[in-house]
Amino acid sequence: MRRVVITGAGTINPLGTDVPSTFAAMREGRCGIGPLDISDVDRLSIQIGGQIRDYDEAAYFNRQQIALYDRFTQFTLLAARQAIGQSGLTFTGVLADRSGVILGTSGGGLNTQDENYRAVYQAGKNRVHPFIIPKLMNNAAASHVSIEWNLRGPSFTVATACASSNHAMGQAFNMVRSGMATAMVTGGSEAMLCFGGIKAWEGLRVMSRDACRPFSATRNGMVQGEGAGVFVFEEYEHARARGADILCEVAGFAMSSDASDIVTPSKQGAARAMAGAIADAQIAKERVGYINAHGTGTAANDKTECAAVADVFGAHADSLMISSTKSMHGHLIGGTGAVELLACIMALRDGVIAPTIGFEEPDPECALDVVPNVARDAQIEVALSNAFAFGGMNAVLALKKH
Amino acid sequence: MMTTQEQVIAIIAEQAMLDTSDVQLHHTLADLGIDSLGLVESIFAIEEQLDITVPFNANDPSAGDFDISSVATIVAAVEQILAAQGK
Repeated sequence: MRRVVITGAGTINPLGTDVPSTFAAMREGRCGIGPLDISDVDRLSIQIGGQIRDYDEAAYFNRQQIALYDRFTQFTLLAARQAIGQSGLTFTGVLADRSGVILGTSGGGLNTQDENYRAVYQAGKNRVHPFIIPKLMNNAAASHVSIEWNLRGPSFTVATACASSNHAMGQAFNMVRSGMATAMVTGGSEAMLCFGGIKAWEGLRVMSRDACRPFSATRNGMVQGEGAGVFVFEEYEHARARGADILCEVAGFAMSSDASDIVTPSKQGAARAMAGAIADAQIAKERVGYINAHGTGTAANDKTECAAVADVFGAHADSLMISSTKSMHGHLIGGTGAVELLACIMALRDGVIAPTIGFEEPDPECALDVVPNVARDAQIEVALSNAFAFGGMNAVLALKKH
Repeated sequence: MMTTQEQVIAIIAEQAMLDTSDVQLHHTLADLGIDSLGLVESIFAIEEQLDITVPFNANDPSAGDFDISSVATIVAAVEQILAAQGK
């Protein structure tokens, strides 16, 4: 089988509008969560989120593009420009035909839906803009990336709630590994911070009103965020032959399904996905130095995830580091795995482990080294990135230092 | 008109798929087979029917003074909220 490496990374998220600024924020343990600035926020009981501040779509896109690009598509295109730009690839001829786009999102064009439901239901309008459907569809972002960059190979969108991005990147990885594609643009995006997007989450009663504090005994729920992360996954020999700068290797991937409860996480399902990714990468579990946790800050996720890590790693669980960067950027739902993959790249490439900020008090049910509050310098060889979705669908990537 | 107790019991009974006569004040939600999702749905139904807001976070069910340890404590908590919210 072929080896797969990452040769480009891009992002826009509550911590920064590109990868260097995001790394800087993660190193400093900066919090990108704050008061929401959206319509009707006064009617929400949850009024905080990881929102991308001072975002001006007109600074990046023209009027015709804005008519077609929902906020989640805009974020994707901005991140893809950075990633493909960094990779140095130009998609023409055979390479274009053998390269595609696989992206994750959960809500797709939710802002477009929200705005237009307002128009027809609340404002009583009987007409909507002609491009609402192509703007709100979940595959819009993947399509626009393929159009902008002439990516003519396998392209589609994955929607598995909070695991969407990891499932998407897993498919991209296996396509390059199997030889089906030479390069894949992959990752995910979410823009759910609108009245309807938050009101729906409020209903579940799992949201925090003040902060996301993963693994802390004082945690009281998750906080939503928005943004995108996009990467170029490339066949190793192809990258080497052209002298590309390799950020890290994608070494393994596994998925599992809890087949139990629609919202309550399962230790076994999470453990099978982590163990599967390690086995797929054909590495000894003792080589894993860092796990970017799913770490939502809910009571249920964090204790279940820690128990699963203990089961998979045994005694080694006490010597690895695990952190949740959701404490800084919030939960980007379908885009979260993509932004969190950045923390793994930073750990492998720069030797800096992103912290779990907001940590106040240890929880005996989360008794692991969660890198509380302050980033840490550490040389690691292998990192895992966890994503465990509602619906019991789990996806874990294993990355290796190059 | 139904009393608050009758209303709360009717909501819990519906959630548990039981007859209201099978729901006793001393029952816990677990006794009635109501899990955490069922609890969140019951609280939603209580809020909608009684037009109140219940301070409940599933991450920390014991916070917010809304005691869910039995049917009786839920009834009492709802009555307290009704009084506090002037209803």
